[in-house]
Amino acid sequence: MSSDTTLTKAPAAPDDLPVHADELPIVPQRRLGQWTAAAAVLVLLGLSVTSVLRNRAFQWDVVADYFTSDSVLRGLWLTLWLTAVVMVLGFALGTLLAAARLSANPVLRAVSWGYVWLFRSIPILVQLLLWFNIGALYPHLFGVRTVDLFTPIAVAIIGLTLHEAAYAAEVVRGGILSVDRGQVEAAQALGLSRWRRWWRIVLPQAMRAIVPPAGNMLIGTLKGTSIVSVIAVQDLLFSVQLVYHRTYQVIPLLMVATVWYTVVTSVLSVGQYYVEKRYARGTGAAR
Amino acid sequence: MSVMVDIRSVHKSFGPLEVLKGIDLSVRAGEVTVVLGPSGSGKSTLLRTINHLEKVDRGAVSVDGTLIGYRRVGDRLHELPEREVLKQRTRIGFVFQNFHLFPHLTVVENVVEAPVSALKRPREQAVRDARRLLERVGLADKADAYPKQLSGGQQQRVAIARALALEPKLLLFDEPTSALDPELVGEVLDVIRDLARQGTTMIVVTHEIGFAREVADTVVFMADGRIVEQGPPGQVLDAPREERTRAFLSKVL
Repeated sequence: MSSDTTLTKAPAAPDDLPVHADELPIVPQRRLGQWTAAAAVLVLLGLSVTSVLRNRAFQWDVVADYFTSDSVLRGLWLTLWLTAVVMVLGFALGTLLAAARLSANPVLRAVSWGYVWLFRSIPILVQLLLWFNIGALYPHLFGVRTVDLFTPIAVAIIGLTLHEAAYAAEVVRGGILSVDRGQVEAAQALGLSRWRRWWRIVLPQAMRAIVPPAGNMLIGTLKGTSIVSVIAVQDLLFSVQLVYHRTYQVIPLLMVATVWYTVVTSVLSVGQYYVEKRYARGTGAAR
Repeated sequence: MSVMVDIRSVHKSFGPLEVLKGIDLSVRAGEVTVVLGPSGSGKSTLLRTINHLEKVDRGAVSVDGTLIGYRRVGDRLHELPEREVLKQRTRIGFVFQNFHLFPHLTVVENVVEAPVSALKRPREQAVRDARRLLERVGLADKADAYPKQLSGGQQQRVAIARALALEPKLLLFDEPTSALDPELVGEVLDVIRDLARQGTTMIVVTHEIGFAREVADTVVFMADGRIVEQGPPGQVLDAPREERTRAFLSKVL
């Protein structure tokens, strides 16, 4: 019971160890706290799941009806390609910005820094609304009415890409900085051209540091595109909103969108795992 | 014998710190020059100016009669475009202290990279040459391994094979054994010794005095950005004339 056995008294004779100490069985500590915590979490989880399944207001039959309806699938398709376009353009611009930021040219460095500062400062919603109303500043561009040029979908692509590029620039820059400076020197000493150094030596190694945050950004962008519903671009969210404004089945239709976003996110996470493996070549320890 | 490397009054500063304070050195073709000196003496910087990894502030370096990094027009030195410098570098092999192998490429891909992309060799021929070079450094069986799977000594031998793949006229070694565990130093020095025997022109910055004594034709002792003395190893190592040299040798021997 008491704990003051050895510390306060003179040390007792050391435990006599048997010759075959390896035969002494080891009794693991009881981890009571762990078991209690696990049980509590499981109970709460079970309650939540049954509550969701048994609450008729979710109207799972309605969810099933609309899940693969034409308008929802059209919205999903727009969400998917908008995400893809924004990612590709955003990272292309972001890579240029990162290259500018790391260049020896002070003007390029400053402009790149300024870009990232500006576009990270403006909330994407504010930016979309600004582009949407750009006609107020410039009624005519290239001899065309600005409102005809800046359609909702064009505004969505421009706004999201400019926003994405600011973050992509930082991700790519971080990746490049993670590559040992000696790699570039070795490539220079071997006479490899600037282009070759970049594509063959630096970028593949930078990808290891770029892919995880880029995967994060991809998933963030997928969900972030739902913001374009405010300028009436018919993405996944806007498509279900169109339905529930008509039928008032708000919750089941939001569940349709929720499940679709979850499905696509899961697929992307699996893809990221394989991409990461691809760029981990040569990082293992000795065989 | 003809002069392979000619270094004339080379000066180099990093900010306020003058690292090279007027270096004159000439290296004959087929000879091994070992550069010794305490750390911070400028020996690595000097080596790096020879293939223009480091630009000089004043002075000039020529290799095999060609000015490195500049073109002389009248009394002026014009900086060469990067493309030209890269071409010059393909004739000068450089081996780094920390190997700097490309970790995402296999051993053979490391060796093949420069011949294929800088010299435009056909890939199959480059691979055949690379395998022969790997055999020469005793690593034929590691061709398809990744650098991380090799010991430090093996990595450095791959780095030497990679430098040799360009068939350089001159090989520069920047402390090639300083990053190695003591028991791995020998295998790398063996390869360098072997190259010396075959008459490769080399400049080796190192702390291995025994190696210098055995392999060097000329030993150069540097301190504080200057060459303090130079001569055959028997003279510089065993009967140094300068007090600085004696002090250094008494510490490392």
